[in-house]
Amino acid sequence: MFAFFLTSGIFLGWSLGANDASNVFGTAVASKMIRFKTAAICCGIFVILGAVISGAGASLTLGKLGAVNTVAGAFIVALSAALSVFLMTKARFPVSTSQAIVGAIVGWNLFSGSAVDNDSLTKIVMTWLVCPVLSGVIAVGLYLMTALFIKKCKIHMFRLDLYTRWSLLIAGIFGSYALGANNIANVMGVFLPVSPFKNVSFGTLAFSPAQQLFLIGSIAIAVGVFTYSKRVMMTVGAGIVELTPVAASVVVWAHAIVLFLFSSQTLESFLINHGLPSLPLVPVSSSQAVVGAVMGIGLLKNGFWSIKWKMVGGIASGWVTTPIIAAVVSFISLFFLQNVFQQEVYKPTIAASPPLVIEKTIAQAENTWAHQINPLIK
Amino acid sequence: MNFNIITRKIGIENEINDFLDQVSRSGLVFQKGANFYLKSEYKYFDRVLADISAIEHKGDALKRSIIEHLHTKTLIPESRGDVLELLESMDSLLDRFKGALWRFEIERPEIDPIFTDDFSELINSVVESVEALVKSTRAFFTNIASVRDNLHKVSFWETECDKISTRLRTALFRKKDMRLSHCMLLNDLVRHIEKISDRAEDVADRMNVYVIKRTL
Repeated sequence: MFAFFLTSGIFLGWSLGANDASNVFGTAVASKMIRFKTAAICCGIFVILGAVISGAGASLTLGKLGAVNTVAGAFIVALSAALSVFLMTKARFPVSTSQAIVGAIVGWNLFSGSAVDNDSLTKIVMTWLVCPVLSGVIAVGLYLMTALFIKKCKIHMFRLDLYTRWSLLIAGIFGSYALGANNIANVMGVFLPVSPFKNVSFGTLAFSPAQQLFLIGSIAIAVGVFTYSKRVMMTVGAGIVELTPVAASVVVWAHAIVLFLFSSQTLESFLINHGLPSLPLVPVSSSQAVVGAVMGIGLLKNGFWSIKWKMVGGIASGWVTTPIIAAVVSFISLFFLQNVFQQEVYKPTIAASPPLVIEKTIAQAENTWAHQINPLIK
Repeated sequence: MNFNIITRKIGIENEINDFLDQVSRSGLVFQKGANFYLKSEYKYFDRVLADISAIEHKGDALKRSIIEHLHTKTLIPESRGDVLELLESMDSLLDRFKGALWRFEIERPEIDPIFTDDFSELINSVVESVEALVKSTRAFFTNIASVRDNLHKVSFWETECDKISTRLRTALFRKKDMRLSHCMLLNDLVRHIEKISDRAEDVADRMNVYVIKRTL
């Protein structure tokens, strides 16, 4: 039964692979700097590695937002996100899987009556605002450094072409790893609390239940990359390819760095250990990162009025409507699954509440109990 | 495999350098040959004719090889069209130098000594304009920021060529004892030589656009 319910997550993974691989390798493939086959192989392998090795960070935050506690509920949440992505894509709106899954989880929270963890929700929404800005700033910095380097080193056009190809390939690999690490939470995060998997080890290699789920999800992403991403790459890539290949590689680097910043637990603990402010580990939209980077370079090169602000407004409105549509689709679908198909979509227990709420409830109970047994405590 | 890619890139870099050498050399050979003709040193002039034909053959072979490399290895996809157009234009300049020299050989025009200084000055200015263009082209491949350092010189020398050509053609038609057919022949020759600098300026204008497209 779990395998059947997991299909919605696999479908979501497939659509993520088909859509988001274009952010990583779209410009390189569309501009013929890298062959699609090379891009697909590298993307597939490194998405899987990123998901299995570093996928846990962003999943924790998503889990705090709403711990979907039945497999049927998780099925609907993932399916609603996938359907929203599909509907928005059909309507030619740029979509984000991250926003769709967050909207769908909020829809589940509303349906099940679970409290939405406002801290996590605020953290996630703030990240959506910060992500394109940060990506733009990083892209501008990288672009200035690259331009200075090329100017100082007087690199021959053909040598620059070679370096740019390698840069696009390495940035694409890094971006694929970051995409797997950051976005696997969107695909499999909701199934984590209801996963029936046990720890498995092959010699020295041990796989946790989460890693097994992430492996399945990332394979679905890789299949999406191989089967359907070429068309999207050619469309998306052609839209951004007006940038020079050097600028395109800067965009991919900025995108990869941003995704990595929002998914690396190692980096987070390093920053915390050194007393530095850390970034929250949240699934962010790779499309937002790319749009932010392209806008950053556009502003740097041609100024404020060179940006088609109307188009930017259209893209931004898509980012607002996606989570809302996903929440509505999720709410309605849960209602149907519960009342028409008689499936248990949530368990009305304390476990349905997000961890922060659980912590508060436990603290409150402990406090009451302490008062009862010890009247000296005020 | 990586080393093969690098070798191939260096190979095409060398081929482009060699090709531009041939264009530059064709101008120098033309200058030398035309001056031999103006001084009536026909023995040396014949040798120069053979030289410019060899240069043209080598230039054509290099151009074909570069085009093949660019297409088969899908190099510089975003600038390939511009580079191919640039190479074609440079090759046409080389052809025009050869054509002008052969025109001297085929038509054997009688050039009055009073015109030789102007002819010589025109030839020097034309060669200078192409030389400035070759330098700009080299910069286009190696250091795009410095392309404009030489590009303005192409326009300068083209303007000089215009002035000399107008002066020379006016003098030709003002000369009393010359047949009209002779005037027309020399006028055509002057126009042919002058047009080389016009073409160089056209290429320079297009290169300006290529530079804008590639500037970071």
